[in-house]
Amino acid sequence: MSALSGQSARDVRARLPITDARAMSVVAPVVFGAALLGLWQLAVVALDIDAYVVPAPSDIWSELAANHATILDGALSTGRNALLGMLAGALVGVLAAVLSSAVRVIDQMAVPVVAALSVVPIVALAPVLYTLYGAAVDTARILVAALSVTIPVYLNTLRGLRQVSAVHRDLMTAYAAGPLQVARSVTLPTATPYVFTGLRIASSLAVISALIAEYFGGPIGGLGKSITSAASSSNYPLAYAYVVGAIGLGLAFYVVTLLVELWFSRHRST
Amino acid sequence: MRAMTSAAIQVTGVHRVFTRKKDQVVALDDVDLTVGAGEFVSLIGPSGCGKSTLLRLVADLDAPTSGSIQVFGKPARQARLDQDYGIAFQQAGLLPWRTVSGNIELPLALHGYPKADRRSRAAELLELVGLSDFAQHHPDQLSGGMQQRVAIARALAERPRLLLMDEPFGALDEMTRERMQNELVRICAETGAAVLFVTHSIPEAVFLSDRVVVMSPRPGRIVDVVAVQAGGLGPSQDRTDAVRDAESFFHSVARVRELLHGAPAPGARGVEAR
Repeated sequence: MSALSGQSARDVRARLPITDARAMSVVAPVVFGAALLGLWQLAVVALDIDAYVVPAPSDIWSELAANHATILDGALSTGRNALLGMLAGALVGVLAAVLSSAVRVIDQMAVPVVAALSVVPIVALAPVLYTLYGAAVDTARILVAALSVTIPVYLNTLRGLRQVSAVHRDLMTAYAAGPLQVARSVTLPTATPYVFTGLRIASSLAVISALIAEYFGGPIGGLGKSITSAASSSNYPLAYAYVVGAIGLGLAFYVVTLLVELWFSRHRST
Repeated sequence: MRAMTSAAIQVTGVHRVFTRKKDQVVALDDVDLTVGAGEFVSLIGPSGCGKSTLLRLVADLDAPTSGSIQVFGKPARQARLDQDYGIAFQQAGLLPWRTVSGNIELPLALHGYPKADRRSRAAELLELVGLSDFAQHHPDQLSGGMQQRVAIARALAERPRLLLMDEPFGALDEMTRERMQNELVRICAETGAAVLFVTHSIPEAVFLSDRVVVMSPRPGRIVDVVAVQAGGLGPSQDRTDAVRDAESFFHSVARVRELLHGAPAPGARGVEAR
């Protein structure tokens, strides 16, 4: 085509929207955060605030440095529960959504159940689950994380499965495609980014649930247990150091799921 | 008209009534239409005249309330199941997660062609629509005109003897549109396919077609058929840009416009004269 010969092929490498971030959008929050920490440090020292009210950032930092190995261990233990729970919950959520979108009756039956489930404080089930599965294993923690993930993944996947555009549906009819072919070539790929939107929303919930579940019992190990034991022995800076570890863990889950979501929606610029 | 013996499309006494709550809308009222093999026929008319509905009936994306539709001598449904036609819509409707090449291969993959055949056919079609450099791009990296070309290539993937096109250039700017029209003439000449083409642009219909079918709304009816080819423009496969300046081109445009407005009405509005 003469009109196209001069047009060079554009960069075909996949680009995440995140690569467009400007330096300023990184520098500004970092400066703001550092200023806040400085103010906090200044306030604690100048006003001579006791550690049980709020410890100084410098004290938290030195506990963090001294105990980084145990904090990492705790993060790995809690992270493992959250991850297993997230995977199990996501699997159940996706399968349930596929079933609901395929069978109308199931969808209609599920609406009130899902509404009820989404207001259940799932962490409150932890003591019951410990009794059920025993306090020596992590099963209850994984279950709590899984339950908290299932609903957001279910709702988002179901929404995604219904986003197939009219023109794609017509096209599949014109191709005389079978139901399985339609699912594989159009419906599931359309829904995929929505599944990961659900997972991103649920990722922090999974970490929080797995961590809070540790407050109610179960085996030693994990950030939640460490926070309670440090606090009960009045080692407040250490308790805060574990909280920092928990923040890091939650952030890691969020960022990873966010990147996966962006990856799967990288060509959907509509 | 060539080869009327084996018609690509035979529409006989077709009615289509849409029922919404208590209202009945007559989208098509007693429509008869024949499209010969290799013939290019355009449907033109204002919004709501049922031109898209008629095309969807031929594609078996919708069923007539009464009447019969034959495609290559078979019922429309059988023709769809046999993949006797290729189709393109106003929206390109490419799958955003597939590459350009993957999109063209889609119908071939669905119908079980081996991978090597799919690859070579896609390469061939990309050559035909002038997008060989873009095989591994994704649709979001292409302009609207380029996406529409991919959609046309996809419609041609299984070498159909009939192309159904529902305002495929409706969303494109004027210059891209004329270029696409020139390309479509060339592609039709190379493939020899019959085309049923829905548009609301008078010059587009006249430039591309052997015959232009003018329709009126409420109820959707065929007003008249303008034989562009017989009017002196020659067979649709041989058209070039020069045709746009030919006297018989203007004559046919005027005739179609006259039919659309019910009477000679110079400068009348209501239909885009693109």
